[in-house]
Amino acid sequence: MRYSALAIMRQVLNGHRGWTPAWRDPEPQSNYDFIVIGGGGHGLATAYYLASEHKAARVAVLEKGWIGGGNVGRNTTIIRANYMLDGNQPFYELSLKLWENLEQDLNYNAMVSQRGILNLCHTDAQRDAYRRRGNAMMFTGSGAELLDTEGVRAMYPYLNFDDARFPIKGGLLHRRGGTARHDGVAWGYARAADQRGVDIIQNCEVKGFRIENGKVLGVETTRGYIGAKKVGVAVAGSSGRVMAQAGMRLPIESHVLQAFVSEGLKPVLDGVITYGAGHFYVSQSDKGGLVFGGDIDGYNTYAQRGNLPVVEDVAEGGMSLMPMIGRARLLRMWGGVMDMSMDGSPFIDRTGIDGLFFNGGWCYGGFKATPASGFCFAHLMATERPHEVATAFRLDRFKTGRMIDEKGMGAQPNLH
Amino acid sequence: MIINHPLLGPRDTSEFTYLGDASLINRPDWQSDTAAPEFHDYLYLRDNPAGTHRELWFHEQGDRSWLVVTRNTLTHEILATELARDVARKTGRGK
Repeated sequence: MRYSALAIMRQVLNGHRGWTPAWRDPEPQSNYDFIVIGGGGHGLATAYYLASEHKAARVAVLEKGWIGGGNVGRNTTIIRANYMLDGNQPFYELSLKLWENLEQDLNYNAMVSQRGILNLCHTDAQRDAYRRRGNAMMFTGSGAELLDTEGVRAMYPYLNFDDARFPIKGGLLHRRGGTARHDGVAWGYARAADQRGVDIIQNCEVKGFRIENGKVLGVETTRGYIGAKKVGVAVAGSSGRVMAQAGMRLPIESHVLQAFVSEGLKPVLDGVITYGAGHFYVSQSDKGGLVFGGDIDGYNTYAQRGNLPVVEDVAEGGMSLMPMIGRARLLRMWGGVMDMSMDGSPFIDRTGIDGLFFNGGWCYGGFKATPASGFCFAHLMATERPHEVATAFRLDRFKTGRMIDEKGMGAQPNLH
Repeated sequence: MIINHPLLGPRDTSEFTYLGDASLINRPDWQSDTAAPEFHDYLYLRDNPAGTHRELWFHEQGDRSWLVVTRNTLTHEILATELARDVARKTGRGK
C-alpha cells in the first residue's frame, strides 16, 4: 500500500479498517545471497539499498529483538554534515543529501526537519577553529555561516550571553542540519526494504558464524542455521560481542551515552544548539520536550544506563548555557551503548574472512550517518569495492597510519 | 558507582579517571623483532567483553594511585579492586 493523502482519506471513509501491516513477518529461508545482521537503522538501510540500488533479490535482515529497538531508538535524532577531515566530510554530505530525499524515496514520513544547527563559540581561538571548519564544510557544499554575537542573539535571545567565564562570541550555523524522527527512519527503511522483497526476521539472534577455509558460509542463529553468500554485520554497540564469534578483536570499546527529555513545553527552541564550553547540546522535539545530552560516561559498559556524575555534568552545561532550562522538569532519561573507536571515526570494511563485512564504530554519531552508512555498506557488499566517499573507513587504518582523528585525541576512546 | 579503594575505602567514581583494559599494563618489548605489530595490537585492539572486565582507574582527585578494578560491564557491579602496582609486581615487573 502506498501512503498518500488520498490513502488517508479513503481510510477515513471506511473507519481506518483497511490499513495493513507495514512489513511481513517471514520465516527464515535456508539460505540467502545477503544476510545483514542487525535490524537497526544501519542494517535496515543496508538491506534497502542492496535491494533498491543493487537489485539484490535474496536479502535477509536478522535482528535479535525487534527492529529499531537499539540505538536508532535511543539517540537525540540530530542529522548534520559539519565534519572537517577529508575521510569524513564527503561521506556525511552524501548522508545529508540522502536525508533530504529520504521521505520521497521511502514513501514514509520520517519527519526530516532541516531546522539548522548552531555550534556556539566562546573564545577567539574557537571562532578561528569554526571558521576553518566552516570552510571545510563549504568545500563539500554542505553550507556554513559564521555568526557574531548579535547574529546569535537575534536567533536565541534567552541564552546566557554575558557569562563571566564563557561569554557567547558567536557561532557556526549549519542550516541544512536538523532532526528526524528516529523510529520513523527505522520503520520507513523496514517497510521500503520489505516491499522490495527483503525478509526482516526478528527475534533471531546470531550465535555464531560458520567459516570454512577463510570463507563465511552462513550464520548459526536461535532460529537455526541460515546459509549466505555474503554476511554484513551492522550491530554498532554490540560489535565486539558479535565479531568475537568470528574470532576478531576490534579497535573498539563499548561505552554508554545518556540522553534526556524534559516535560513538554511550548515552542521555545526551533533549531539545535551546541554549547562550545562544555559538552551539551539541545533541541526541542515536535511534542515539545527539550531533548538534550552531553558526554559519554567514559568506562566500558554494555548496560543501557549510565551513572549520576554525567547527569550532573549535563545539567551544569544546560544551566550555564540556557539558564531557563532549570525551570523545566526532566521527564525521561536513557542510555545507549556506543561503539567507541580508537580515533572517533567509523568502519565500513571487509574483514580478513571472505564474504564477511563489518560496519561499526559509529561512536555517538551513528544516527545522522544512517542513510549513507547503509548506502556505502550495500555498495561494499554488492560490488566488493568501497564506495568512493567511504574509502577511509578501513579496519586496518591504525596499522597503516591513516587515522581519521577528527578531534585529535589519539587512541583514547573515552575522550572522543 | 563506588570503587572500594584498597587503601582509602569506598570512594565515588567521579574522583577517578578511566584509562581502559588492564592489559595496558603489559607494554610489549620495544626491542622485539615483532614490536611494530605487537604495539599495534597493544594500543588499538581491545577484547571489549560483555561481562567481567579488568580495567585501569586513576584516583586523580585522591591519592593519585592506579587501580585495577574488576567490574561487570553488564551490571556495573564491582567485583574486586587492587593496586595496579601489586598487579604489575605479580607479573614479575620490578617497579
